Amino acid sequence: MFARSPSSSRLQAALTLFPVACVVLSVYVGGVLWAAGLSLTRSSMLPNYRFAGFTQYINLFTNARWQMSLANMALFAVIFIPVTLLIAYTMAAMINRGVRGENALRTIYLYPFAMSFIVTGLVWRWLLDPTFGVADVARKLGFESASFDWIVNADMAIFTIIIAAVWHSAGLVMVVLLAGLRGVDDDLWKAIRIEGIPAWKAHLFIIIPSIGASIATALVLMSLTVVRLFDVVVAMTGGGPGIATDVPAKFIIDHMFERQQVGLASAAATTLLLLVLVVAVPLLFLKNRRKGVAK
Amino acid sequence: MTIANGPTPVRSSKFAAPLSRVLVYVLLIVIAVVTLTPLYVMIVTAFKSMEEIRTGTLLSLPHSFTFEHWWKAWSSACTGLRCEGLKVGFVNSLLITIPSVALAISAGAITGYALSFWRVRFANVLFAVLLIGGFFPYQVLIYPLVRITSTIGLFTSLAGVIAVHVVFALPVVTLLFRNYFATIPIDLFKAARVDGAGYWRFFFSILLPMSVPMIAVAGILQVTFIWNDYIVGLVFGGINYAPMTVQLNNIVHSTYGEREYNVEMAATLLTSILPLIVYFTSGRWFVRGVASGAVKG
Repeated sequence: MFARSPSSSRLQAALTLFPVACVVLSVYVGGVLWAAGLSLTRSSMLPNYRFAGFTQYINLFTNARWQMSLANMALFAVIFIPVTLLIAYTMAAMINRGVRGENALRTIYLYPFAMSFIVTGLVWRWLLDPTFGVADVARKLGFESASFDWIVNADMAIFTIIIAAVWHSAGLVMVVLLAGLRGVDDDLWKAIRIEGIPAWKAHLFIIIPSIGASIATALVLMSLTVVRLFDVVVAMTGGGPGIATDVPAKFIIDHMFERQQVGLASAAATTLLLLVLVVAVPLLFLKNRRKGVAK
Repeated sequence: MTIANGPTPVRSSKFAAPLSRVLVYVLLIVIAVVTLTPLYVMIVTAFKSMEEIRTGTLLSLPHSFTFEHWWKAWSSACTGLRCEGLKVGFVNSLLITIPSVALAISAGAITGYALSFWRVRFANVLFAVLLIGGFFPYQVLIYPLVRITSTIGLFTSLAGVIAVHVVFALPVVTLLFRNYFATIPIDLFKAARVDGAGYWRFFFSILLPMSVPMIAVAGILQVTFIWNDYIVGLVFGGINYAPMTVQLNNIVHSTYGEREYNVEMAATLLTSILPLIVYFTSGRWFVRGVASGAVKG
């Protein structure tokens, strides 16, 4: 940036970066290599460096609980991401038309994001309680046979976690998309109006493609929520009933500490990391490319 | 909107517009009500007696306002074997959050500075690795961090929890500051150099005073993230430094006998009061932080 900075100050800058470089090397690089290395050993409670090849990975992928965790994460992703995106985009598009009380509405929509996932999980556990929750409200309103027991139903419990997560994230995604919509050129809107293109078509084929960077940001955020899914499950269902709502992050923590199978947990963690990189890197690339085009 | 003044086709917006306006408002308000419902239910439940919870409904207002359950949640609810309420966790969360945020912001600001105005070898590589590190799932780094902190004797100590928070906060805070410094004109830097400002002088006397908004944004964001954290506190806090979120989860999940929903909801609210106050008093800054540091989530 500034080529001819005196060397003493440049040395200062290098010295400043030294501690950070140590942290990055030891934790972010070293830690990941270590975890990946452990996944190739027989480590149980303490690390042990007897090479085991891919045994842990074979054990992992034949483990019913891990299969369940992965399936839950996939199901969560394919429902949570599109639903949140749809709701958030609808909200952003409506607010973008210019409405009274925009600030108040935005404040209300985003507040769940300021709450922890533990709180989110506990509140929704209470709201969806089969005895006293929303089902009870329906019963006392006269729908006497109303029942809503998803949270204790092994087939449906994962959907209650999706509901809680959508509530937590919709406002955040709305804010990101609204920022994108605000950046859309007025001429584009005029052109759409003059051409008389129906609103849904205009949004789907013209507006959404032109806010690609914001969509990519939203997708990155939501993907990270999916991968990090842990607290809300712990608070809401504890992974149950049985292992019905288990997720990879919880599988890893349980096997690392309670079950003391560090090798297996490391294999799971490494797999999760690879998944993140496979999903996040292309999205980041897309985002930066879009930015480059826009500027 | 008034493009067509002459004879317009059937798709005139004359009639459609007001109707769709009404629809927009109705939808936006319905979504706002749904979004607020959990907060409302938390508040009313925390005030109700168990008798009322059984006979009334989730949404009904409490008949009498008593702070009894709040007091129980705060001072005597049981987390496992200890029955000292959430106040222990509250103090722990403060002890964890304040130094973690202060250190993370200092480290992020200084790193962002060194990365922005100076050409240091491999600095770009360092920044790239740091950014990618921000995407790593915590689960990958937790075991190595447990081993590192136990080797240097910091595992389940306050300093250990803080150190781990700072390490995890470093990518996003550095990114925020680096991006902010990138908007500062290089001429300012050059002028300061010509006037003889040294490395630290430029940072403390010129850059830092200009960065107050960014410090506020990063501070608000990090206070919320660290206060709301569960996993770092769970793994690295041990018994003595369990933060409020960990205690809350223990209180709710370790009740024997009859569950006291009112105490549970009071405890849940108490845990979210600080982030809610921060959010409602600093909404715009919060939004800015979210929008610019959104990568972390």
